Amino acid sequence: MMEAVLTLAPNWALEHAPALLVVVPFMLAPFIALVPSGRFAWLVSIVATVLSLILSLILLGLVQTTPTGIVSYALGGWRPPLGIEFRVDALNAMVLLLVSAIGVLASIFSWPTVEAEIPQRKRALFYSAYLVCFSGLAGVAITGDAFNLFVFLEISSISTYVLVALGAGRDRRALPAAFNYLIMGTIGATFFVIGVGCLYAATGTLNMADIASKLPELTDSRAVQAGFAFIVVGLGLKAAMWPLHQWLPNAYAYSPSFVTVFLSATATKVALYALIRFLFTVFEPDFSFEAASFGTIFMPLGIAAMVICSFQAVFQTDVRRVLAYSSVAQVGYMLLGVSLGTAAGLSAGLFHMLNHAMIKGALFMAVAGVVLTYQGTHVRDFAGLGRSAPFTMAGFTIAALSLIGVPLTAGFQSKWALMSALFESGMAWAVLLVVFSSVLAFIYMGRILEAVFFQPPANPRKTRKEAPFLLLVPLWVLALANIWFGIDTDVPLGLAREAAAAAFGGGAF
Amino acid sequence: MLEFILERVNYWIIIMLMMIGLYITFAAVNMIKRMIGLSIFQTSVFLFYISLSKVAGGSAPILIGDDLGGGYGAKDSHSGGDAAGHSAAEAAADVMLAAGGGTGERYAELVHTYSNPLPHVLILTAIVVGVATLSVGLAIIVRIREAYGTIEADEVRAIDIETAAAQEADVPDIPGEAPA
Repeated sequence: MMEAVLTLAPNWALEHAPALLVVVPFMLAPFIALVPSGRFAWLVSIVATVLSLILSLILLGLVQTTPTGIVSYALGGWRPPLGIEFRVDALNAMVLLLVSAIGVLASIFSWPTVEAEIPQRKRALFYSAYLVCFSGLAGVAITGDAFNLFVFLEISSISTYVLVALGAGRDRRALPAAFNYLIMGTIGATFFVIGVGCLYAATGTLNMADIASKLPELTDSRAVQAGFAFIVVGLGLKAAMWPLHQWLPNAYAYSPSFVTVFLSATATKVALYALIRFLFTVFEPDFSFEAASFGTIFMPLGIAAMVICSFQAVFQTDVRRVLAYSSVAQVGYMLLGVSLGTAAGLSAGLFHMLNHAMIKGALFMAVAGVVLTYQGTHVRDFAGLGRSAPFTMAGFTIAALSLIGVPLTAGFQSKWALMSALFESGMAWAVLLVVFSSVLAFIYMGRILEAVFFQPPANPRKTRKEAPFLLLVPLWVLALANIWFGIDTDVPLGLAREAAAAAFGGGAF
Repeated sequence: MLEFILERVNYWIIIMLMMIGLYITFAAVNMIKRMIGLSIFQTSVFLFYISLSKVAGGSAPILIGDDLGGGYGAKDSHSGGDAAGHSAAEAAADVMLAAGGGTGERYAELVHTYSNPLPHVLILTAIVVGVATLSVGLAIIVRIREAYGTIEADEVRAIDIETAAAQEADVPDIPGEAPA
């Protein structure tokens, strides 16, 4: 398939794919803001995300076929150490594919919910902000320049604050949620800039590959160590690393349904990618201060996230909050994998990242369908939906089983990979905690499923009201992907392995 | 000890500003004040970058005097025949390396010392980001004022808790809710 994409692609696309991937949605954003038609904006955003998906497939093909495994693009013709470089290897090719694939599905899915939740005169602007957010996330994933990463991070974050605040039409609590997200997100981004400044002071360069080549001589430098700490905290905040996740539950619970779907599947993933990029490519896992941080920071925090936030999820009454806390818990799994500092652990973490994007995307899409037809996200609003909306709820159930980690689903495969990585590193006790957290996941998802299938409908007058077709298609694509990749893991596991190998500088597998 | 402090006086000032800003952001209840704290925090980082770029005895990063001719001449001899291929941008890039303390002897012919211009440019970008954040934040505060009638975070939270409690309480109102 990769060869077909590469042979079909025109020359200009092959040459300029890295820049176009970010520039196309970014340039279309102001364009659709000028045309005051929501439907037109929706179509344009589908076109933009589909183009990005094709370009990211081309990039993946290029990465897999070039012998070095690195596609470097000098922006504006300025040579890399000084100019800004877009640098794609197997790690960010995977993240780009994830972001653009979810972008396409979320865009297709968006129209019915946007029509219901966003006032008409704001729809075009809403899609405009969405495209800015999308291109910002793609930019974070693609750039090879540390400061440029900050700029893209803020491009995506600022548009995210706007998108979250637009949930105010449905529930005014979206506004304080967006404000808190803004405060915390900005603090996180500013911490990141301080860290980059420290690294710049020590190395005199902003190119990540260049920084990486200069750091091994500077590991004793106080500036480098402080920079490391600032970057970890800053990106940890963006990635909702426990206990820096406080912005997440409210932002997910009150933002428009479509925004929740898109953010839950991409935003924290991209921030986590940036963290992994810094941990493994810019810094190296065998620097003494970083090796120490794996054992003393990432591992305890990852475990705390997956246990404590799963507990918190059990006690939530709002389905979207249950899923939001579960998201923080899943970030904990990924961090646990990363904190092993081994290629197996990292690839398990990345594998879980891919699967979790599919799981949470599907779950929030199903919830969006319920919001659309039944106007409620409380667990009791889900009562009896198994009978009145069987297709929506079947998709929801598949994704829920995958989240719990039932065999033959994607979630099982990635948890399995994580557990075997833990065993390899001799941490059987952590395996027990992973199982325990999965039991908690069974409880909080089981509560919802019990309401869905075994309780009488809350409102018997609304029998058989399914989510719209446009919404069911992407939901089922993701739900079937959960089953498909639960049986045949070649594609995602291969991507994750190559990505982990790239993060370790090749040769790990 | 005094010398240690005085040598790094710019960093002390920056750290103080940073802590003041961060403290206001966390401690203030009024949302406008929190935005002000955030701005102070960000500004301290701008100052950090700018003071970082100062090279002792360096002048403004504009080529003057001998550097103007010398820089280009030396480059031409170095790169042989394809001097035409060198854009002005690349010449500027070379100077940037020199000002940043680049080590190659190729750049040793600069007569004057220049401060590093790159952090200034970075901070221009960061200032734009800061302005965007501030304006989005203020816009959200305006909307919060419209929706809640207050911009005090604790009052907003109290109202939210009331709303949540009211939502929990109206369970029996839903028709068809069968008793278990």
